[in-house]
Amino acid sequence: MTTTTDHGLAGHSPRLSEGLPETSPNRRRFSWNFAIRILLLLVAATLTLGPVLWTLSTSLRSPSESFKLPPSFFPWNPDFTSYGEVFQQLNIFLLVLNSALVTGLIAVGQMVTAAMAGYAFAHLKFRGRGALFSIVLATMMVPVQVTIVPVFMLIRGMGLSDTLLALILPAIPTAFGTFLMRQYFMGLPAELAEAASIDGASPWRTFRSVYAPLAMPGMAIVGILAFNFHWNEFFRPLILTISEQNFTLPLGLVSLQGNLGTGSISVVLAGVVLSMIPALVVFMFGQRALQDGLTAGTGK
Amino acid sequence: MSTTTPPRERPRQAAGPASHAKAPATNGRHSQRWLAWIFLAPTILGMGLFTLIPIVASVVLAFFRWDIISAPTFVGFDNFSEVVQDPTVRVSFLNTILFVVVAVAFQLGLALALAIMVQEKMPAWLRVFFRSAFFFPLILSAASVSIFMRYLFNEQFGVVNWFLSLVGIPAVPWLTTPGGSAAVVILVYVWQNFGFSFLLFIGGLASIPVETYEAASIDGATGWRRHLYVTLPLLSPTTLVASVMAIISALQVFDQPYVLTRGGPGDSTRTAVMVIFESAFQRLEFGQASAIGVLLTLIIMAITAAQFRLSKRFVFYQ
Repeated sequence: MTTTTDHGLAGHSPRLSEGLPETSPNRRRFSWNFAIRILLLLVAATLTLGPVLWTLSTSLRSPSESFKLPPSFFPWNPDFTSYGEVFQQLNIFLLVLNSALVTGLIAVGQMVTAAMAGYAFAHLKFRGRGALFSIVLATMMVPVQVTIVPVFMLIRGMGLSDTLLALILPAIPTAFGTFLMRQYFMGLPAELAEAASIDGASPWRTFRSVYAPLAMPGMAIVGILAFNFHWNEFFRPLILTISEQNFTLPLGLVSLQGNLGTGSISVVLAGVVLSMIPALVVFMFGQRALQDGLTAGTGK
Repeated sequence: MSTTTPPRERPRQAAGPASHAKAPATNGRHSQRWLAWIFLAPTILGMGLFTLIPIVASVVLAFFRWDIISAPTFVGFDNFSEVVQDPTVRVSFLNTILFVVVAVAFQLGLALALAIMVQEKMPAWLRVFFRSAFFFPLILSAASVSIFMRYLFNEQFGVVNWFLSLVGIPAVPWLTTPGGSAAVVILVYVWQNFGFSFLLFIGGLASIPVETYEAASIDGATGWRRHLYVTLPLLSPTTLVASVMAIISALQVFDQPYVLTRGGPGDSTRTAVMVIFESAFQRLEFGQASAIGVLLTLIIMAITAAQFRLSKRFVFYQ
């Protein structure tokens, strides 16, 4: 990562991610250019993380203190009453349970169905494969807002309105996940299938014991993306759930803010912080996978 | 991906035609077809039910008047002509287009500038820190972000106005004036989404060979000029992808204005998707909602097509 002078050597083609070569690699001197660049980036990072830190720290002020200016960015005397309040004002266990159930089942459902469909598109031969794959890709371009009215009717017709299944079922078939898994399986050598079939394995057996275990990292990306998206989802739950017992976290928090008005910021923010915890866990352990998944298929 | 194609052919040739004639092979191909359809069934059936049929239904519904309670009646293009003349719908589409222009320009400019600065020489740990920081807002829910941003932009006790007061700027009525609300919606949206464009630009920058910069510096392009003459042209495929994705997602903005302003004051921050939501689920005008949805989809398709057309002239592929 640090400066090497052999950039031009044949067969070694350093990319920009390793940093641009210095004009004078041997001399380490203070550069205004560097200082200003880092300063600007630090300002940008502060503006990005600042609001989140303020949220965390204000949620740790007592409800009566939470309006006070100057704002606090560091919780010197953490006060957890707001967190107690949030549990009283809001059935947060139910919200978390609903969100976890909805998000978890969607993620698992997407991982399984996308792996199966992706495998079929990558390694199985059947008539109409190319055309069918194009149709799957084309559905990615249709915004959810356009199909929401008929989906709402369909859910009603199926007798599922105002149930968690109304949120789960329509979200399981995934064009993007299928695309991702197809790319993933295409990256695995086809010789594995040839070898397995020479050993007398059926196509199912080939998938089950050769490809599926190798596809776990790809499935993890699909799962993490699904989790991140649906844990934060607001539009569909707003429409497809009616009674509070079926609310997911974002919906519950928005309704909490509505109920309290500007009464006690810290209680609302305590709820917001609680809702961020799972996302934070994903961020810490799956950031790379999340970044790879989000930018997959953009010609990177 | 391209590396997988050559090895695929090899074993088939090595095995020779004899093995193809064998019973297990044809049997295998037959069961392959069966397995393919079994594997595809959940995805294909699910998409047919929850995406393809709804698309068709949405288009059909746009020609009917229906409030769920009484039977639908065919009204031809009435929904479209009513929708196009409705002042709220017009304002909302105009708002959406203005929002897209400003937010996307802001988002892409910011993301590109930050990506270039992050990719230049710096300690590795610092680069990791900046990347994570800019990516971070993407993992939060737009609804939660909008909740805390409402407090930050509060006129009396908000942190933003407090900071502005330090430099002598009087309290800005962020959420109570049309201009202020629009600014907040744009700022909050860009705050949360620039990280995605940033990631795309980082990926694009990483694929520009360092040799190109070395050659450019020999030709006398140094400092910001090498970005003008090398980075921007070589990055144009990434810029195209980033702008298409940013525009498509900005056209569908809903969560931020819904939670921050509910479309107000007046109609000043009402967006196209908010109007779909309101006419369907608050006024029970499902036909009109579908008509607005069809119009929005047509706009999205037209803009995407136009971008790819324009790109033939301006995008430089290596």
